[in-house]
Amino acid sequence: MSHANIEDTLKHIRIYIVIFFSLAVLTVVTVWASHLQISHHLHIIVALTIATVKAALVAAFFMHLISEKKTIYAILGFTGFFFLAMIILTFLTTKTVIHSWLV
Amino acid sequence: MSAEIHYIDTPHPVTGVTNNKLGVWAFLASEVMLFGGLFSAYILLRTGASNWPHGPELLNVKLATINTMVLITSSVTMVMAWASLMLQNLKRFRFYMLSTILLAIGFLVIKTFEYYAKFEHHHYPSTNNFYAIYFTLTGLHGLHVVGGVFVNLYLLLTAGKAWKDAPKKFTSRVEASGLYWHFVDLVWIFLFPALYLL
Repeated sequence: MSHANIEDTLKHIRIYIVIFFSLAVLTVVTVWASHLQISHHLHIIVALTIATVKAALVAAFFMHLISEKKTIYAILGFTGFFFLAMIILTFLTTKTVIHSWLV
Repeated sequence: MSAEIHYIDTPHPVTGVTNNKLGVWAFLASEVMLFGGLFSAYILLRTGASNWPHGPELLNVKLATINTMVLITSSVTMVMAWASLMLQNLKRFRFYMLSTILLAIGFLVIKTFEYYAKFEHHHYPSTNNFYAIYFTLTGLHGLHVVGGVFVNLYLLLTAGKAWKDAPKKFTSRVEASGLYWHFVDLVWIFLFPALYLL
């Protein structure tokens, strides 16, 4: 293994440690935020925002998505599109406008 | 003509990535849709219910928070196991891989305590829609943890020979297993607030 590769891996290890502590802090923040006296809708937004940040950190650094090849991004792009379509369609069915179309 | 499919440990000229990495990502894409479907069911059940229980009143948030920390730690030990191989250190790989497996078992033990407490109070998937989706989501996630334990255990037990025979191939396999393991962690990151806190 070349010296440059070793240096690169050691640099990555330092990043992994930083990400680990960030994830631990964000977990504590999620639990703390759940006790805040705010509206239920705001609770959902706060909790899901923190979860998304945590997931992004795991995906970007532990799964190396921050420096991945185009093929992988393409697969994930399609997956993300269909995942969002499924979630949005589910939300839409709960809205009265859709009910009025169906009835 | 041989029917054998040779293992290629170099990036494929068309895709730019190794075949096993492409395969794992395609598998993870299908996993996103599997859990996505169940999350959709959760949203539909919750928004459609006139009265939905508040997670912290029914579930043990303290145990789930500990489990979140356990899973996050296991993700770090997993990536460190891979980094150890990149640094040609098999001994350290074994230490981190064993840590990952033990943390995963720890997660399952805590989850068992949680389930036991629920069954003790006669709370089953058939009790109501909240418990139905709670047991389905956490149960499926738990099965993924069990699967990860078996794969990682296999990699740990065969490490000596695999590393000696083909170090690059073995490192690539550990990376693929790591991708799966981080995905399992990622799913829990969303399950935790959705079921326990909201």
